[in-house]
Amino acid sequence: MENILEYLKEERAQAWRDELRKKIKSKDRTAIVRVKMHEQDHDIRSRNNLEVNLGLKKEEAVIEAQRCLDCVTPTCIKGCPVNINIPKFVKKIEKEDFLGAAKVLKETNSLPAVCGRVCPQEKQCEQECFYTQKLKLAPVAIGYLERFAADFERESGMSSTPDVAENNGIKVASIGSGPAALAWASDMARFGYKVTVFEALHEIGGVLKYGIPEFRLPNKIVDFEIDNMKKMGIEFRTNFIVGKTMTIDDLREAGYKAFFVGSGAGLPRFMNIPGENAIGVFSANEYLTRINLMNAAKINFDTPVLSGLNVAIIGGGNTAMDSVRTAKRLGAEHAMIIYRRSEEEMPARIEEVKHAKEEGIEFLNLNNPVEYKFDKNGKVTSMILQKMVLGEPDASGRRSPVPLENSEYEIPVDTVVVAVGTSPNPLIPASVSGLKTTRWGTIVVNEDMQSSIEDIYAGGDIVRGGATVILAMGDGRTAAAAMHKNLAKKLLTK
Amino acid sequence: MNKIVEKVIFSENVTKFVVEAPEIARSRKAGHFVIIRLDESGERVPLTIAGSDPEKGTITLVVQRVGVTSAKLLEKNVGDVIKDVAGPLGTATHIAKVGTVLAAGGGVGVAPLLPIVEEFKKAGNRVLTVIAARNKNLIILEEEMRRYSDELIIMTDDGSYGQKGLVTHGMESFINKEKISEAIVIGPAIMMKYAALTTKKYGIPTQASLNTIMVDGTGMCGACRVTVGGKTKFVCVDGPEFDAHQVDFDEMLLKLNAYKTEEKEAYERYLKSKN
Ligand SMILES: Cc1cc2nc3c(=O)[nH]c(=O)nc-3n(C[C@H](O)[C@H](O)[C@H](O)COP(=O)(O)OP(=O)(O)OC[C@H]3O[C@@H](n4cnc5c(N)ncnc54)[C@H](O)[C@@H]3O)c2cc1C
Ligand SMILES: Cc1cc2nc3c(=O)[nH]c(=O)nc-3n(C[C@H](O)[C@H](O)[C@H](O)COP(=O)(O)OP(=O)(O)OC[C@H]3O[C@@H](n4cnc5c(N)ncnc54)[C@H](O)[C@@H]3O)c2cc1C
Ligand code: SF4
Ligand code: SF4
Ligand code: FES
Repeated sequence: MENILEYLKEERAQAWRDELRKKIKSKDRTAIVRVKMHEQDHDIRSRNNLEVNLGLKKEEAVIEAQRCLDCVTPTCIKGCPVNINIPKFVKKIEKEDFLGAAKVLKETNSLPAVCGRVCPQEKQCEQECFYTQKLKLAPVAIGYLERFAADFERESGMSSTPDVAENNGIKVASIGSGPAALAWASDMARFGYKVTVFEALHEIGGVLKYGIPEFRLPNKIVDFEIDNMKKMGIEFRTNFIVGKTMTIDDLREAGYKAFFVGSGAGLPRFMNIPGENAIGVFSANEYLTRINLMNAAKINFDTPVLSGLNVAIIGGGNTAMDSVRTAKRLGAEHAMIIYRRSEEEMPARIEEVKHAKEEGIEFLNLNNPVEYKFDKNGKVTSMILQKMVLGEPDASGRRSPVPLENSEYEIPVDTVVVAVGTSPNPLIPASVSGLKTTRWGTIVVNEDMQSSIEDIYAGGDIVRGGATVILAMGDGRTAAAAMHKNLAKKLLTK
Repeated sequence: MNKIVEKVIFSENVTKFVVEAPEIARSRKAGHFVIIRLDESGERVPLTIAGSDPEKGTITLVVQRVGVTSAKLLEKNVGDVIKDVAGPLGTATHIAKVGTVLAAGGGVGVAPLLPIVEEFKKAGNRVLTVIAARNKNLIILEEEMRRYSDELIIMTDDGSYGQKGLVTHGMESFINKEKISEAIVIGPAIMMKYAALTTKKYGIPTQASLNTIMVDGTGMCGACRVTVGGKTKFVCVDGPEFDAHQVDFDEMLLKLNAYKTEEKEAYERYLKSKN
């Protein structure tokens, strides 16, 4: 930590930063109003699948960057799980060196265009910004600026592939291709390893592809980064289920020296209430996968999806918001969120809740389903809801919901999407003997993200049991650094 | 990209394909399946691995025409490719020396039954097999089945081949003759339902291999969930084989029709597009 602070201080002391700081008085900087994101009109966007946020214009980004005070102690950095040098990249934007800003981002974050879009900034970097903490004003729009710089670089055609060290011939592999594995793979390639990414599905990207919809994160942005990684020499193998197609033992025999498990929290949870197996009741994973991965809503694709007029989504997280807004886009008249707590406790990003409301999503907060009813064909027709009240705070610190007696009532539904969370994917833990797991099925790791088996590291949702893109990426990077150190000691010095 | 290296047409609606998939050929066991996707716009469809040749690096699939994907696959020829083949998926059949095994296959269910019959035979069991179909043209893999069965009965609904009657009749004629230790049934859900009721009557432990609708096949979506013994199970990871006496076949039968309208429309569109 000492070193980082020292480094940040040196960076801040550079002449160009000093000059910029002097150009505008702090008082004038704080007087600037936080920029507003351009958005597609809510009436139009709720009928298409195009991205809702349209990005900032150059001039807007520069003015927003001027708000940043280039603090002596930039607390914002503490709020970012991968410690992006935030003031440095923001000041590069103020200086109109946009490519330079992107380069700063890429020092610590290989997917800035993704994080700028999907990070819960209000709980991370922007939460710790001086504006939020001390001035009680809207924070610097760090997420918007990150997205701006990354998009600018991509669209400029001048995006550079990171330098990689000379190939050391050592083979390493990841299991999964979500953000954790991608961050791990790009660091390992930079260190000079021969990296293979094994993915069970036919697409690379994990939740970024099959979960988060196009209107929040266009696939082309993820694909651009994956193409870049291919140029770095990383090999991608799709349709390859580690533990099934080949086991980790088989791969060891094939010459792989270390593994990173980034297999995610793919197992959908259900509530185990009557009628939950009726036709028309989906897990959010199935609903979103049919639409995002299999393109079910497009006419020339073969996969079907049922999406009716009265669609209820159970849950209050990002997955629930993505599902409900998808239902709206597929033509639902009533696209409803059924959440057992109140809006205050909702774990979804604030921006998603705001967008959902603008799009006409109905919120049935403090409601919980207790039963689904279905017709003679097994198709869901209605649900019984129970009203809830908030009680004492529980272990998560949120006030826990308590059912209100005799408050049951029935509403008609033809599609239900259950988005009450996922559990760790059990495939790898089940196929590797001796791998230590918790009672929730997550893999146990030390501070280096190393598991109970020396050559197996793990990170992301398989360790955390459901977190965020940036935390998963941070894990991937920590694992890569430790793995490199370990392998170098063991193999390269021989 | 997996190349088709052999194609044998069994009947108008059933075809065998041998497909390149070296890693799967080495890892698969009886009871495993793959998920295939024909092309960029295709859906993911589960198919049982009916056999494999680890040396040549190939797997065998036997496909019945029911809708768009199977129809498109049946049109493929030697040299064509299947874009994605993922597997082997599911839990392998538990094969042991138990004594006498009764194996019953209906329609295209005979294909996935073949490797299981083969393994039971190789494990030293006496194997009694019933294969059933609507008519003579739909009976498949008779020769192969005979090779690994001690006795074989063929049943057709219309009596055009073998004996006239349902699969359950064939099963009962074995059951009445000798003591059966274990039974395995694979076929259309409705056939498995009645086959399970039959063995239940005689108290014979029975496995059924379920063919629910699937998407990913790795336990990620829950599309394949069924109720077994009152609990929700995922066919792709917990199965596909389950205790047949515990399976809620009525629920499963309804779920298979979840997309009937959509699938019928898609199939009609597909037929039209060919004219
Ligand atoms: C709908 C939805 C919306 C979300 N929105 C946000 C958001 O706005 N902001 C945010 O920060 N986070 C969000 N999250 C959470 C975030 O996406 C996850 O925390 C993150 O993707 C976890 O990354 P990961 O690399 O651990 O795994 P994943 O992204 O889950 O990827 C794991 C991959 O591993 C593959 N795999 C599993 N087992 C095997 C195997 N045996 N062999 C080969 N491959 C295997 C899987 O197929 C999958 O592709 C959202 C999640 C969902 C579902
Ligand atoms: C584990 C497993 C193993 C399987 N093995 C084989 C195999 O070896 N050979 C083979 O030919 N088929 C097999 N199946 C069934 C096969 O996956 C389906 O026939 C296929 O998905 C149909 O796709 P389609 O697009 O041609 O028809 P669709 O258009 O999807 O379906 C047309 C109609 O067929 C019925 N149908 C749909 N899916 C199924 C199903 N899973 N079972 C029965 N009826 C269905 C429905 O009533 C539907 O309306 C297996 C299924 C599972 C789950
Ligand atoms: S990666 Fe996420 S937390 Fe870090 S600075 Fe960017 S938006 Fe903030
Ligand atoms: S805390 Fe806020 S104002 Fe200070 S450097 Fe960070 S972003 Fe700029
Ligand atoms: S097919 Fe998706 S969980 Fe079984």
